[in-house]
Amino acid sequence: MRLSPDEMIFWQYGFLKLNATILFTWILMLVLVVGSMLVTRRLSRDLERSRWQNLLEVVVTSIEKQIEEVGLRQPRKYLGFLGTLFLFVALSALCTVFPGFEPPTGSLSTTVALALCVLVAVPLFGIEEQGLGGYLKSYTKPTIIMLPFNLISEVSRTLALAVRLFGNMMSGAMIVGILLSITPFVFPIVMTVLGLLTGMVQAYIFFILAAVYIAAATQIRQSKSEPLSPPRIPAKETPWTV
Amino acid sequence: MLIDWFTVGAQLLNFLVLAWLLKRFLYRPILDALDAREQRIAAELADADAKRAEADQEREEFRQKNEAFDRQRSALLSQVTDEAKAERQRLLDEARQAVDTLRAKRMETLANDTHNLNQAISRRTQQEVFAIARKALSDLATTSLEERMGEVFLRRLRALDDQVKEGFATSLKTATGPALVRSAFDLPAEQRAAIQNALNETFSAEIRVKFETAPDLVSGIELTTNGQKVAWSIADYLASLEKGVDELLKTQSRPEAKAGTGRP
Repeated sequence: MRLSPDEMIFWQYGFLKLNATILFTWILMLVLVVGSMLVTRRLSRDLERSRWQNLLEVVVTSIEKQIEEVGLRQPRKYLGFLGTLFLFVALSALCTVFPGFEPPTGSLSTTVALALCVLVAVPLFGIEEQGLGGYLKSYTKPTIIMLPFNLISEVSRTLALAVRLFGNMMSGAMIVGILLSITPFVFPIVMTVLGLLTGMVQAYIFFILAAVYIAAATQIRQSKSEPLSPPRIPAKETPWTV
Repeated sequence: MLIDWFTVGAQLLNFLVLAWLLKRFLYRPILDALDAREQRIAAELADADAKRAEADQEREEFRQKNEAFDRQRSALLSQVTDEAKAERQRLLDEARQAVDTLRAKRMETLANDTHNLNQAISRRTQQEVFAIARKALSDLATTSLEERMGEVFLRRLRALDDQVKEGFATSLKTATGPALVRSAFDLPAEQRAAIQNALNETFSAEIRVKFETAPDLVSGIELTTNGQKVAWSIADYLASLEKGVDELLKTQSRPEAKAGTGRP
């Protein structure tokens, strides 16, 4: 029983190795980049445009809108990071419909890597927005006593981010695998569809949580400068306890 | 161990590369295209707004111009109608006046023509009457008639009143030439002698007399000297008759002329 595609190793040279996680990540990267290049090579700036361009425009503007709704005033600044998080996780979940495909997000290594990215990106954006002092001060809010709790929270939520995604993706693939051995016909298909839904939800959750963390880190200055307009965080889109 | 730290590092790198690539090939071009399209649509909308505003303005201008044109046209039309009416009235008046003048002139001409014709007829009649009378008397004039005339002349001479006789006497005395006796025919010698005698008797003096023949007297004798005249001739009667007729004609034509000018 394989719990992680990390265990499927194709090539190894000492410390270096090529496992299924890295391979499928590369495939996903190739699909995303080449697809984008093909579509954006002939971009139309008129009202008429191709279907693929329309699809990409819908995806990009939707992500941008979501980031804005979380409360980030300049969504384009965060689009590169947050958008890529969402697209990678969502596409890897979508590709589970292909037989033989192992989602890279089903590997704890991948989710940890993504969570580490968020862990680093949040303070970076926060420092960029508020300055180093301002950002560090935010750990002592509301009182200095809260400092250790804030630090623990920072680490634990990153860990939760990684484990949540891994658990969901791994369990989805695992359930399908188990069901295939028990009832090989209709039921695994239903579960695969369910897995697609779960994967999309997880991608959205991962993306929106990262956005919320960044928003929280960059919030103070914005609320200071515009105290009358609090950040627009819809209640249903802040699933703190998922 | 579920976490393979090499894979973690590789995935981290992979993710960063993917983020950079997607930013380069996906987000930036798509967002640029979106912005360009939005700008273009905004520009087109603004252009459409401007055009609509312009069209509204032009329509308003056109409407105002149209109204002004209608107003001007109706004003001009009424003015022209008034002028045409006035002109028509003027022409009618002129024509009426011209007709009146023409008719008056024609009536006058007609009246004049009638008058002239009447006059001509009267004159001609008069002339013819006198011509016939003269002709008849000329035809009748003979020596015996002349004799009778001479007698009449002599009687008249003798019957002159004193005043006239005195005038004649002074004239005869002061006259340088002889007294002139004119007659239509040559007077016979006896008659000439009788006239000489009668003159001598009447004026108690030797009167020098010269006898002349004057056919225009028609029939008659006259004695003239230094402005004084004693005569008897049919021509005198005729002349006085003619004068009377002329006066009669003149008095008749005057009321006619007055009545003719009084017409419209």
